[in-house]
Amino acid sequence: MTEERDTDIIVAEDQKPELNSDWSGGDRKPFRTSYGKLMMWYFLLSDAFTFAGFLIAYGALRFSSPSWPVPDRVFATAPFGINELFPNDQAPLIFVTFMSFLLIISSGTMVRAVQEGALENKRGVVFWMLLTVLGGAGFLSCQAWEWNNLIGKENMTVTTNPFGTYTEDGYYLDPETGEITQEEVLAGDTYLLHVAGEVHEDAVGHDGEEHFTFSDVPGEYPGYVVDGLRPDGSVNPAAKRFIHRKYVATDETDGKQYVRVQQFGPTAFGALFFGITGFHGFHVATGVIFLLIILINSASGVYVARMNGYEMVEKIGLYWHFVDLVWVFVFLVFYLL
Amino acid sequence: MAQHLSYEESVSGVWKGLGLLAAVTVAEVILSLLKAAEFVTDLRPVIYVASLFIIGLSIYKAYFIIYEFMHMGYEVKGLAMSVLLPTFLLLWALIAFFNEGDAWRQKREKIEYKNELTVPEGNTVGQIDAHDAQSYRLPG
Repeated sequence: MTEERDTDIIVAEDQKPELNSDWSGGDRKPFRTSYGKLMMWYFLLSDAFTFAGFLIAYGALRFSSPSWPVPDRVFATAPFGINELFPNDQAPLIFVTFMSFLLIISSGTMVRAVQEGALENKRGVVFWMLLTVLGGAGFLSCQAWEWNNLIGKENMTVTTNPFGTYTEDGYYLDPETGEITQEEVLAGDTYLLHVAGEVHEDAVGHDGEEHFTFSDVPGEYPGYVVDGLRPDGSVNPAAKRFIHRKYVATDETDGKQYVRVQQFGPTAFGALFFGITGFHGFHVATGVIFLLIILINSASGVYVARMNGYEMVEKIGLYWHFVDLVWVFVFLVFYLL
Repeated sequence: MAQHLSYEESVSGVWKGLGLLAAVTVAEVILSLLKAAEFVTDLRPVIYVASLFIIGLSIYKAYFIIYEFMHMGYEVKGLAMSVLLPTFLLLWALIAFFNEGDAWRQKREKIEYKNELTVPEGNTVGQIDAHDAQSYRLPG
């Protein structure tokens, strides 16, 4: 007979049938859902807090700014010259509405994929996931075009915001002579500062009168200012030569007219826009990659073997809907309000 | 999908939901364009009401996506509450940070206003004349 040791009791205890179970926690699942789905929900909750942090920072900075670019003016471009079909070549919010539709529709096709998965219909899952991937890729392409247009054509960067907004009513000065014209400046209107040499025809009124060309030499002119002078008067060749038009506005306190110069818009606008839509776009791109992985796994029959109603498709579905959910709020604060 | 719905019902439910979300989005865009239209620039209440409507519709869209598309409505209540209740913490963050942002703007405007004020010209009250400095003596 061998000597009895303390560990024997522990071993014997471990072998009791009621304790002989693994870490799965038995048949009763918490919240009657699988571990994977529950953890996906909590990941999404934490991600929601990250986005909320960004969006609340946006709100605080917007409230702290005396003016904010009007989205209808900033987001009024569209590819293939679609905006030229609209008055003044401005297609306000049309393109971003299309982008929203792409994301919403891809959310719908994702629900269809999950439904087919629950019925163990492999062909259905693959078909609807493929459409979802196409929707996501289409959204990313649209965002790439939007960014390219903002950075390349409209010279908006993380630190430069050429979309300024008037805070006073007034009248433009004639760029050539510096005389006060009848062309009105309206408080609350957003303008885009053009870069000298890139000026388009709509820069000086839409009257179609004699066409004035702004100088691209930095300095002050009768009716406008061109950026690029250092404080000591020498020319900074690296500076972008933004044209700031002059206008007169009447001061409320003393009733006199003062000459004002168009200013840049709030600096934070570019950083917030590229930061937040970029972070969202990063989520979409990640989602597309994971959708593709799970699409390939579905097609190759991995989830048939698991016999759990394509739960992996359900989990990526949750993530994909969340991306759509975040876009609802990004769309709200950047484009609608 | 909900277990109590037939296959056909749940499929048509998806397309109906999709139509609803699209319609709400179109309504939001129309309200947003209306709010920026020229004839409402002097009608502040219209802008506020339209903005509130847009925010309300967006929250409705979020609710619909979470409850129908993400199936939160068909999960156990404890799961729904453990995910949704923590987000209410953000309400205070919204109030506090928006209020703070507004305070920054007010402070900045006050500083700009004060910078524009010119120092009034007048007698040098409270200054000691250099020639007369001898006449000042600290007590004791």
